[in-house]
Amino acid sequence: MSETLIPGGNTLAVPAAPPAETRVMRMRNFWSDYRRSWVAIAALIVIVALIVGSFGAPWLVPQDPYDLANLDWLDAFLPPGTEGSGGYVHILGTDNAGRDMLSAILYGLRTSFVIGISAGALALTVGITIGLTAAYFGGRIEAFLMRIVDLQLSMPAILLALVMVAMLGQGVAQIILALVVAQYAYFARTTHGAASVERRKDYIEAARSTPLPTRRIMFKHLLPNVLPPLIVVATVQVASAISLEATLSFLGVGLPLTEPSLGTLISNGFKYIHAGRPWLSIYPGLFLMVTVVAINLVGDQVRTVIDPRNSR
Amino acid sequence: MTAALEVRGLTTRFETRGGDVTAVNNVSFSVEKGRILGLVGESGSGKSVTGFSILGLIDPPGEVCAGEVLVDGNDLRKLSDEDMRKMRGNRVAMVFQDPMMTLNPVLRVGDQMAMAVRVHRKMSKAEAWEESRKALDTVGIPSPEERLRAYPHQLSGGMRQRVAIAMALLHSPAVIIADEATTALDVSIQGQILAEVRDLADRTGAAIVWITHDLAVVSSLADDICVMYAGRIVERGTAEQVIGQPRHPYTKGLLDSIPARHEPGTPLPQIPGSTPQLSRLPSGCPFRPRCPRATEVCATEPPVVTVDGQTVLCHHPLERT
Amino acid sequence: MTDPILKIDHVSKRFTRMPGLAERWVGKLTGGGKPVVVHALSDVSLEVTKREVLGIVGESGCGKSTLGRVVAGIYAPSDGSVTLHGKPIAREHGGNVDKLTTQVQMIHQDPFASLNPRMKVGETLAEGPRHHKIIPANQVRERMRELLEKVGLEGAYADRLPHQFSGGQRQRVAIARALAMEPEVLVLDEAVASLDVSIQAQVLNLFMDLRRDLGLTALFISHDLSVVRHVCDRVAIMYLGRLVELAPADELYAEPKHPYTQALFASVPTVGTGKGRFEAIKGEIPSPIDPPPGCAFHPRCPFAGPRCRAEVPRLTGAGTARTVACHLNDGGVEMKTEAAA
Repeated sequence: MSETLIPGGNTLAVPAAPPAETRVMRMRNFWSDYRRSWVAIAALIVIVALIVGSFGAPWLVPQDPYDLANLDWLDAFLPPGTEGSGGYVHILGTDNAGRDMLSAILYGLRTSFVIGISAGALALTVGITIGLTAAYFGGRIEAFLMRIVDLQLSMPAILLALVMVAMLGQGVAQIILALVVAQYAYFARTTHGAASVERRKDYIEAARSTPLPTRRIMFKHLLPNVLPPLIVVATVQVASAISLEATLSFLGVGLPLTEPSLGTLISNGFKYIHAGRPWLSIYPGLFLMVTVVAINLVGDQVRTVIDPRNSR
Repeated sequence: MTAALEVRGLTTRFETRGGDVTAVNNVSFSVEKGRILGLVGESGSGKSVTGFSILGLIDPPGEVCAGEVLVDGNDLRKLSDEDMRKMRGNRVAMVFQDPMMTLNPVLRVGDQMAMAVRVHRKMSKAEAWEESRKALDTVGIPSPEERLRAYPHQLSGGMRQRVAIAMALLHSPAVIIADEATTALDVSIQGQILAEVRDLADRTGAAIVWITHDLAVVSSLADDICVMYAGRIVERGTAEQVIGQPRHPYTKGLLDSIPARHEPGTPLPQIPGSTPQLSRLPSGCPFRPRCPRATEVCATEPPVVTVDGQTVLCHHPLERT
Repeated sequence: MTDPILKIDHVSKRFTRMPGLAERWVGKLTGGGKPVVVHALSDVSLEVTKREVLGIVGESGCGKSTLGRVVAGIYAPSDGSVTLHGKPIAREHGGNVDKLTTQVQMIHQDPFASLNPRMKVGETLAEGPRHHKIIPANQVRERMRELLEKVGLEGAYADRLPHQFSGGQRQRVAIARALAMEPEVLVLDEAVASLDVSIQAQVLNLFMDLRRDLGLTALFISHDLSVVRHVCDRVAIMYLGRLVELAPADELYAEPKHPYTQALFASVPTVGTGKGRFEAIKGEIPSPIDPPPGCAFHPRCPFAGPRCRAEVPRLTGAGTARTVACHLNDGGVEMKTEAAA
C-alpha cells in the first residue's frame, strides 16, 4: 500500500529546532517588554544617574564635605544658589558647618547605596540558603527554620534593626549586619515559597534518582528556577534597606555624624527646619524619597515583565 | 432537517510577539439534533479554541474575526453580550476537561445547581433542587439526593465530571460542547461516561460537539468526525468514512500510528516531524512538510474535495477503494 | 527462563500524613486528627529477567507509579525489598533513601516537567555520568553528541534549553539522559502518555529500536493497554495497590483471567469497533486510604461471593508464567459460598 507513511527508523526526519535562543536574544526580549512603560524607563534613568552621581561624587563635586580642611565657617547656612568663599555656587546651599549640601547629599547617597546593596546581597544569600534548605529537606528541618522566619516576620523590621544596632554599636559594618538580620527573613520566605513548588516537579525527582549529590540539586537545579521572583524582592529590599538605614541614622543610632549619610543629614538639618532653613532637611529627604521610589518602580516593572502570565 | 449548530467560516486570531497567529482558520461544520460530532486533533490544532470561539469565550489578545455560529438559526456572533450570556448555559452549554472550571468549591452541589436553574427560569428553590436531582439522575449518578448535599471536593473525579455534565444539561440545551471531558479520567470511568453521553444524545436530542485528541474515543462515540490540523478542518465525514476510509494523508497517518492496529513489536508507521507551530506555518497546505504525498503543487492553497459527503482539504487525497 | 536480575520481593509502601498541631487539638474534641495512612502498595512481588520489558497496567490509585518509584529508588519500601543482582537498589537511612544505585534510571511522563528549564540539554545529559565518572571527563562532550544522535536528535542541540524543543523532542532528551547513565534497568512511567498520537508512535519506535540495539531491561508503566501490548513481553495488572494478574502479553490479551482485567479490556474504546460498545465497569475505584476488605475488586465484581468479601485472594500458580489473584481460579467462589451457607 503506497499510502502507508514512512515506516519505523527513529533517526528519520526530526525537523530542525528553532534557532538557538541566545542570552543576547533573551536580554533583547526582556528589554523590549521592559520599555513598554515610560515611567519605568524614567525610574531606571534616575537610578543610573543617582548611582553615577554618588559614586562619581569625588570627581563631580567641588568639595569633599567630610574633609574638615575644606570647610569654612563663614560659608555656614548659605541659602541655595549662593556663591561661597570657594568661588563656586552652592546649588543646594550649605549647612551649619559650611558644607556644600549637594556634595554632602551625593556622598551620603553613596553610603546609602553601599549599605543598601551589600545588606540586600548578604540578606539574599542567607535567605536563599535557609529557604532552599527548608524546602528541599522538608519535615522537621523545614518546620524549625520556617517557624523562626515566621516569628521574625511578625516583628517590625525597624524594631529588630534597632535592637541589633544597640547591641553592635555604630558604623557601616554594624548597620549592614543589623539590616541583614532584619531582612533575611523576607528572602527566606520567598525562596521557600517558590522552592516548595519547584521541589515537587519531576526534574528534581529525576535528579534525585540519577542520583546527583544534594548540593548540586539545590544550587544547580532548584536555585536557578527560584531566582526570578527573588530578584524582584531583592530590588525592593535594597530600597527598604536604604530607608531603614536613613531611619536609624535619623534616630541617631545609625551612622556617626562624621560619616556621610542621608539619615544624618536629615537629622542634622531637622534642628533648623523652623529656623528659616528648611532646605537642610528637605533636599536630602527629597533625594531619599526619589531613590526609594525609583528603585521600587524598577522592581515593579521587572516583576511585570518576568511574570509568565504577562508573557506574550 | 436543519442543523442544531452550524458553524461557517469561523476564524480566530491571536496577537503574539511573533506576529498574528491564526488558531482557527475558516472552520465550517454542522451538527444535527441528537448527533455527536467528534472534533479530533493534536495539540495546537485549534480544536479547543474552536470550542471557545463558538461560545464567544475568546479574550484579548485573541479575537474571532470572521464567520457565523448559528444555533436554532440565530447567529451567536451578532448577539449582544447580555443576550450571549443568556444563551450560554441555557441553549448552549460547555463541559471542560477540569470539572472544577464549572463547579464552585465552596458551595454544595445542590445549591449551585439550583442557582444555575434559577438564573434562567423562575421557580422556587425547592423546585430548582428537584430539577437538579432529575439532572443528576439523567447522567446516571447513584443516590442523587446525597450528592446534592455534598461539596465538590467530597466527590471523586469521575463523579465531579458527571455533575458538570448534569449542570450543562439543566436547561436541556440544544448544543453541548465538551472539551476533553474524559481525558483526565480512568478508562473504566471514561467508559461509563461515554455510554451515558451517547444515551443522552439519543434521548434528549441535544447536538454534541466532543472535542478530544483521542481517536479511539471519537471512533466509538461520534456519528460524524472532523479532523483538525494547524487550525483547519482537513477532513470531515461520518465516523465510518473517516475511520474506515480516511482520505487525507494526515488522518491516514494518525490512524496508522495507533499501536493496536499492528502486530506487537513491529515498527509503527510514523508521521515524521513534530506538530507544527502556528507562528511558522509553510505556505499552502500546512501538513506539506510531513506528508509523504506532497508535491510542488502543495505550496498553493489546497482545494476542498467532496465525495459522498466526505470532505477533504488536500491536493492529493487518497483514493477510495 | 534465565535468572531474574531485578527482584521485587513482597514490597509494600505506605504513606502516612501526620495531622498538624491544630488538627490534633481539634481532633481531641471531635475524635479525628489521627494520622492518615495511604496503602499505595501491598505485598507486591515481581521478577524481571535480563532484556525483558515488563508492562505494569492499572488505573489511578493502583500503585503502578509508586511501584516504579520504589524500583527507581525514589521511595524506600515500607516492607520488603527491591534487589538488582541480589543487591538492594536503595539503602535506607533514617527513613530516607541514602545510597542509591545508578543502575536503575527513570523516564517520567511529562517531558515539560522532567527537564530543568534553565539547564542546557547537554549539561542535563552530562551531569550524571560526569559526577559518577561513568564516562572519562575528556570524552563527555563527544559522548553526549553521540547519545543525542542515537535518540534521533542532532548533536548540536546540546547547547539549547528545553523550551526550544517540542514535546516529542524533549521526551527523546529524557530518554537520552537515562541512557547516559548506562543503566541496567529502565523505568518508564507513562513515558508516552502525554505525547500527541503521531509523536507517540515515533517515541515508541525509538524505544523498540534502542531495546533491540542495547538489550534494555525495562519496567513499562502505562494505562494504555494497546501501547503495553505493542512493546511488552509480560504484563502485570494492578488494582488498588495489589498485583491481580501477571502473564505473558500474548496470553493475557488472548484470555484475560481476572474479572478486573476482563472488565478493563472491555471498557477501553478502540478505533473502528463501531459506536457505543463500552461495557463499563460499574462503580467507582475505592480509595487506597480505606481499601475494601477481602478482594479489593469485590464491590465492582460481577462474580463476587462471600469469600471475596472476607479473604484476600493469593496469587495462584506462583512460579509459573501465569498467575492470577482471584478466588474463582483457586477452587472457586461457589464452593466456599455453599460452605458458608
